[in-house]
Amino acid sequence: MSSSLSALFGRSPIRPIQEHMAIAHHCVELLGKFLEASFLKDWDAAFALQQEIRNQENLADDLKSNVRTGLPKSLFLPVPRTDLLELLSTQDKLANRAKDVAGLMLGRRMEIPESLVAEVREYYNESFLASKQALKVINELDELLETGFRGKEVELVEGLINELDELEHQTDVSQVKLRAKLFALEQSLPPVDVMFLYKIIDQIGDLADISESVGARLLLLIAR
Amino acid sequence: MSDIISQYGTIFLIMACVFGFFMAWGVGANDVANAMGTSVGAKAITIKQAILIAMVFEFAGAYFAGGEVTSTIRSGIIDIEKAGFADSPELLVYGMLSSLLAAGIWLLIASHNGWPVSTTHSIIGAIVGFAVVGISTDAVVWSKVWSIVASWVVSPMCSGIIAFFIFRSVQKLVLETDDPFTNAKKYVPLYIFMVGFIIAMVTLVKGLRYVGLNFSFSQSLGIAVAVGVFAMLLGVLLLRGIKEVAAENEDFHFSSVEKVFGVLMIFTACSMAFAHGSNDVANAIGPLAAVAGVVRSGGEFSEQSGLPFWILLLGGGGIVAGLAMWGYKVIATIGRNITELTPSRGFAAELAAATTVVVASGTGIPVSTTHTLVGAVLGVGLARGIGALNLTVVSRIFLSWVVTLPVGAGISIIFFFLFKAIFS
Repeated sequence: MSSSLSALFGRSPIRPIQEHMAIAHHCVELLGKFLEASFLKDWDAAFALQQEIRNQENLADDLKSNVRTGLPKSLFLPVPRTDLLELLSTQDKLANRAKDVAGLMLGRRMEIPESLVAEVREYYNESFLASKQALKVINELDELLETGFRGKEVELVEGLINELDELEHQTDVSQVKLRAKLFALEQSLPPVDVMFLYKIIDQIGDLADISESVGARLLLLIAR
Repeated sequence: MSDIISQYGTIFLIMACVFGFFMAWGVGANDVANAMGTSVGAKAITIKQAILIAMVFEFAGAYFAGGEVTSTIRSGIIDIEKAGFADSPELLVYGMLSSLLAAGIWLLIASHNGWPVSTTHSIIGAIVGFAVVGISTDAVVWSKVWSIVASWVVSPMCSGIIAFFIFRSVQKLVLETDDPFTNAKKYVPLYIFMVGFIIAMVTLVKGLRYVGLNFSFSQSLGIAVAVGVFAMLLGVLLLRGIKEVAAENEDFHFSSVEKVFGVLMIFTACSMAFAHGSNDVANAIGPLAAVAGVVRSGGEFSEQSGLPFWILLLGGGGIVAGLAMWGYKVIATIGRNITELTPSRGFAAELAAATTVVVASGTGIPVSTTHTLVGAVLGVGLARGIGALNLTVVSRIFLSWVVTLPVGAGISIIFFFLFKAIFS
């Protein structure tokens, strides 16, 4: 009889989802350090950073499966269960993508052409900011729960998500510029390298895209 | 036949006291924890404070508002005339003794295994069981039994609906606004007034006649308002010390707001203990009162005999003993497990449950406090207020009923025939 009241409370998925997002964003942050190392052609440091990203990504995976197994259908949640799970797997993609970029660059010892370094750095930074904003949005989840996903707090989160969309748009603009610059250089570089450079540019841009979808997923949670 | 009573009267009385105390001990050890665990989990009060509150308010609840339920259990379920107790009052004594023993044993087994059974269901099952098998089906006032069983469904639903609307009002008035902290300080005293007013009003209108006090409706209204205002002033005094601290709001913006609601939860904890005392103490002392009534009158059963104070003292003492010896552990466990229930939610659940239970007590219907509280928490959950609720508990509770009623009845029947064989 003592158990019936305490057994009523399932473990709230909100905290773990926030922790997961923090790890995913940390992966993106580490990718920045990795890029800097690669600019300096310091492949030992790059290797260590890539390993760290991989470890963090594994951590995110574990956390993801923990949240999933902790969300059986019998659990009654303030928001649809499927939306929460979608949000989680979107966040997880962020960590995955950071790992992809680091893995590919390390594997091929890819060197960014000197003349592109400044632009790539700037471009990465914009993606990083988008990811940071997504983390900020996710950190409002517990406040949203507190207000029952209603009222002022919803407006505040919607505002944050708008800013996030803005940041993502910025990376799209930069991506176009960066591609154009690479196109101009294309003839002077080995063709295979160029192919993969395009791919890396794409994937760094994905970081911002995925961050934006994290915001979009959260918007689904509060839109009723 | 009343020789048996005059011959063994003292033994019966001692047995009833021991069993009643045992039952009350069980209520104190397990049941009270649910009523108090909510406030402890929300960190509104410490375990020591919870035990202190429980001791005072359980007793007050039993004394001021517990008479009606006690009378239902001692003489409302069994039809004294049809059961033929006038000729053989010892059967009632056997039955009540077996019911106490059966319910006590079943609760011990169930709580050992962590099953969500209710004291109320056990004792009702036991009483109905011995009456049907040991005496006859006619001996049971079925209309009363059905209304009690219906209340077991209705009371959680009622408290769920009340909790939903209380929590929605908190959302509207405080949480959704631009300045939740200022609004919390503004509205929390009003909620405290509500707590004091509702509990006092229901008690005054419904319960007090067993203590020998009678107030007119307008007198009751006046006293209830006074109680509410007194509680509110006390609350305002406690609230003065709470300031909005920017640092604690950094990680979670509502930390200061929840502190304000924490004060409110001290009051709802008191009301919860009062409500629990008014309803559940009767499970232990109702049968005891029945036995004592028969023994004292030398076998003549008088329905209207008042409730002696020492019986109440024994029930209250048993609860306090159970709480002090074992209950604090259970409170600690529950408190740790339900941290999800923040003060702004916990108070809504407690106020709804306490109101429902006190109304049931006033009407003389024994309900399960725990199940009522479960209903209230679900109500808050429906207002999207709780991170995750495990709905399998609801089906477990239903299952526990289906098991508790026949098992309680079965054990009680065995003891009934055992006592009959020993004493008659």
